[in-house]
Amino acid sequence: MNNSSSSQKQNNRRDFLKYLLTGGLLGFASAVIYPLIAYLKPPKQREVEVSSVKVGKLSEIEKNSGRIIRFGNKPVILVRTAAGDLRAFSATCTHLDCTVQFKSDQSILWCACHNGKYDLNGRNISGPPPRPLDSFRVVIQGEEVLISKNV
Amino acid sequence: MNIIKNLYNWIDERVKLEDLVNFLGKKYVPVHRNSVWYYFGGVSLFFFIIQVVTGILLLFYYKGSADLAFESIQFIMSKVQFGWLIRSIHSWAANLFILAAFIHMFSVYFEKSYRKPREITWVTGMLMFFLALGFGFSGYLLPWNELAFFATKVGTDIAGAVPLIGETLKIFLRGGEEVTGATLSRLFGFHVALLPGIFTALLTIHLLLVQRQGMSEPLRVEALKQSEKKTMPFFPNFLLRDLLLWLLILNVLAILAVFFPSELGRKADLFASAPAGIKPEWYFLFMFQTLKYIPAHLLIFEGEVVGILLFMVAGVLWLLVPFWDTKSSKGQQNRLINYLGLFAVIFIIVLTILGWIA
Repeated sequence: MNNSSSSQKQNNRRDFLKYLLTGGLLGFASAVIYPLIAYLKPPKQREVEVSSVKVGKLSEIEKNSGRIIRFGNKPVILVRTAAGDLRAFSATCTHLDCTVQFKSDQSILWCACHNGKYDLNGRNISGPPPRPLDSFRVVIQGEEVLISKNV
Repeated sequence: MNIIKNLYNWIDERVKLEDLVNFLGKKYVPVHRNSVWYYFGGVSLFFFIIQVVTGILLLFYYKGSADLAFESIQFIMSKVQFGWLIRSIHSWAANLFILAAFIHMFSVYFEKSYRKPREITWVTGMLMFFLALGFGFSGYLLPWNELAFFATKVGTDIAGAVPLIGETLKIFLRGGEEVTGATLSRLFGFHVALLPGIFTALLTIHLLLVQRQGMSEPLRVEALKQSEKKTMPFFPNFLLRDLLLWLLILNVLAILAVFFPSELGRKADLFASAPAGIKPEWYFLFMFQTLKYIPAHLLIFEGEVVGILLFMVAGVLWLLVPFWDTKSSKGQQNRLINYLGLFAVIFIIVLTILGWIA
């Protein structure tokens, strides 16, 4: 009786030490790992809020042509149709993030990565893109062409 | 527990872990009054591992170009979460790595553990030590600050004083006539690719040899009868002591990095004057200080050239000590080795202090 209760006591002590050591080690390990993981998280860079971008003079934009404009840190494609209309769309393909281009011979917006096609209204008409391209507003102020977000 | 056992069996069935387990079970570490020095190899290894881990982490944000290097470290120090900690640990561990390697080297030297059959272990260790100095020198430039810029100018200029190959060596190190952004790109490449590659190969040989040959016994212990020798199993007794020490070191590193974080200083300006009191890192200080004492001209030779040649000869003799100390390999006392070692230790300590207070 006496013997078993003393061994019981010893077991309790042993368990206590086990928990203390395991807990201590786990705490230490998390104190090491947490800074490492936090370090890997890229810090937020202040993004420049852009609401509109000047493109250039209307007379300098040829008919039946397209060009990529830097809009903040995203590409926007400005298209001038054969008829002379100006249209702007996000140039990021809705399929897998490639940048689209204007094909003057077919009058479409074409993504070279997976052969996705959009018409000049930004609608996906062929290939893998699931959605139309987001459109941007084109404003003409005098001679100056501006692109701004579609509110 | 079952999963671990199953996994073990799965691997064992394919790669025969049994041999390895038997080998580890039979590995013993000699126990004697100088056993404590056995730990410094492992300590150096631990610092190297820390350098690899923190070095890779720093690479995620560091930009190795003259236009961006300084700013990218500013970014790490001020914007990245715990960036200051990672950089400070990298800087502290670099210094302590060299300190641990110094201690490891001298303890091996004084015990003559380099003697036959461990010559290759000594040579690979010494080559790693030289590489460690190379790591220190190349890493020092990477923040592209004032101190780093001038330290690199002086260091590469000293390399230029080596007879015959000096000029070529200097241009090779600088990537041109002067220290410029080209030097930064080069030393960056050395620091993160070339040196780690060679170091890893040497380390593999070094560690395999230590496993294969076991720990060296001091001559007087070797002379004892088998029944009088005391040993300790490597697994788990010695390994657990090793790990405990590593844990303590990690804590010391964290304390140093938190309370004495590394500074960044001012960005290097290629057309500014050197700041007053400029000094190399402490492990180069004794050589730097010695060169100051040598007169400009010794007979027909330039003083600097003589100094550099002397250090090179001393380094080569030190590297090749197992091959000219034949007495120790035969199990005989060689007091000359002790005197030379003692002279080296005192010389390094005294000149480091002189350089420090100068």
